[in-house]
Amino acid sequence: MYDAPASEQKVNQQTTKISARKVQVYYGDTHAIKDVDVDIEDRTVTAFIGPSGCGKSTFLRCLNRMNDTIDVARIEGDILLDGEDIYDKKVDPVQLRAKVGMVFQKPNPFPKSIYDNIAYGPRIHGLAKNKADLDEIVEKSLRRGAIWNEVKDRLHAPGTGLSGGQQQRLCIARAIATEPEVLLMDEPCSALDPIATGQVEELIDELRESYSVVIVTHSMQQAARVSQKTAFFHLGNLVEYGETGQIFTNPVDPRTESYITGRIG
Amino acid sequence: MTEEQHITSVYDRDLEAIQAKIMKMGGLVEAAILDAAQSLETRDEELAEKVRVGDRAIDDLEEMINEDAARLIALRAPTAGDLRIVLSVMKISSNLERIGDYAKNMAKRTTILSQMSPIHGSQTALRRMAREVNEMLKDALDSYIQRDAGKAQAVINRDADVDQMYNALFREFLTFMMEDPRNITACMHLHFIAKNTERMGDHVTSIAEQVVYLVTGGTPEEGRPKGDKTSTDAAYSPQM
Repeated sequence: MYDAPASEQKVNQQTTKISARKVQVYYGDTHAIKDVDVDIEDRTVTAFIGPSGCGKSTFLRCLNRMNDTIDVARIEGDILLDGEDIYDKKVDPVQLRAKVGMVFQKPNPFPKSIYDNIAYGPRIHGLAKNKADLDEIVEKSLRRGAIWNEVKDRLHAPGTGLSGGQQQRLCIARAIATEPEVLLMDEPCSALDPIATGQVEELIDELRESYSVVIVTHSMQQAARVSQKTAFFHLGNLVEYGETGQIFTNPVDPRTESYITGRIG
Repeated sequence: MTEEQHITSVYDRDLEAIQAKIMKMGGLVEAAILDAAQSLETRDEELAEKVRVGDRAIDDLEEMINEDAARLIALRAPTAGDLRIVLSVMKISSNLERIGDYAKNMAKRTTILSQMSPIHGSQTALRRMAREVNEMLKDALDSYIQRDAGKAQAVINRDADVDQMYNALFREFLTFMMEDPRNITACMHLHFIAKNTERMGDHVTSIAEQVVYLVTGGTPEEGRPKGDKTSTDAAYSPQM
């Protein structure tokens, strides 16, 4: 199974993790997302591709209510996580973001030690009963973030002192420390060199065992390498959503074809 | 498939260049088939020699196309329709190269056959068969240029006619050989020519299948008629 390219590997479970229906996003008068329907599967890497300004990041940010922080943003439609509306009044966005973690384009470790970077989330969510518990969570997260071996001897050195690629893996480890169910990644490799990119991609594939991963990327090759499902956004519309191998060899919509073959930007 | 230009225009030029080479190769192969068949009919050893020498250019083009395709894959990472162009071009060039080899083989046998007494009527039938294969090749290459899957499918369906012609010739040569053992050497050569021409038809069919793949992303309709029964049907075995 590990010999097959990521795009061809069997998706373990076909259960829907996040279901979006008729999602509209407005920034003031701008209609940024138009009528998006999508089912994101559990234990699957889903890639969002599309030219700049097509709405892919905006849509990604809807999935853990990051758009709540923007005053002019208005969201309509339904987004269900395991069948529950995440925009319901009862839902606490902070709790939601513990379940739906996020990794950003630029590595953004807290100006704290490596240890505290990881321990921060579990502390505020009360996931550790004592120091030994917390130590265990930190080690486990760093191991899963594929960075443990590089930092285990300097856990109390500042996280900002690591290289770019290490910082990004630290941020991924931080995101998974709260045991999220979904991991959103907004161009996680765009500031990394090819080796660090390779390590992060390897990590994404491993994370797929436990999480649903949604990645926004400008690198179509990256989408092809890491994802099993690909969604193509254009001008706020979800143009095509399908199995990654199919999207890259025989897309149905001519706009998808134009974009992935490098004809529209 | 889309008619839009790539953002990087060099990419368009690379894709056009590789396809232009395929068309050039196709032209050379068409000429080789017709010249080989004509040299066989008219016992023209000079023309046969020209076909044999000309095969070199076809082989060289195939090698160039393979190199271009490898380069394009490495540098441009083609996807979707572009990927299918590169994949189909590689397969088509290898099919064309094989057809070229068969034409060359026909020319070689022509040189030998022209030293023997002619077998009545067979050369004309062989030439007709070669002409049919050549027409199919022309249509297959046209369907490639026009991105016309329907036309390609029609070529695929016509392969049964070529198979029928081969069956008829097979029986004819068998009869000649049984009538007079002195015909055996010439008939064996002629039979190989007929078989090779039938194989050319198969390679043309494969080219047409690549066009269907290129245009639709899928494989052609199933169940194309198989006309060559000489290997399975006892009626084609000599009764001893």
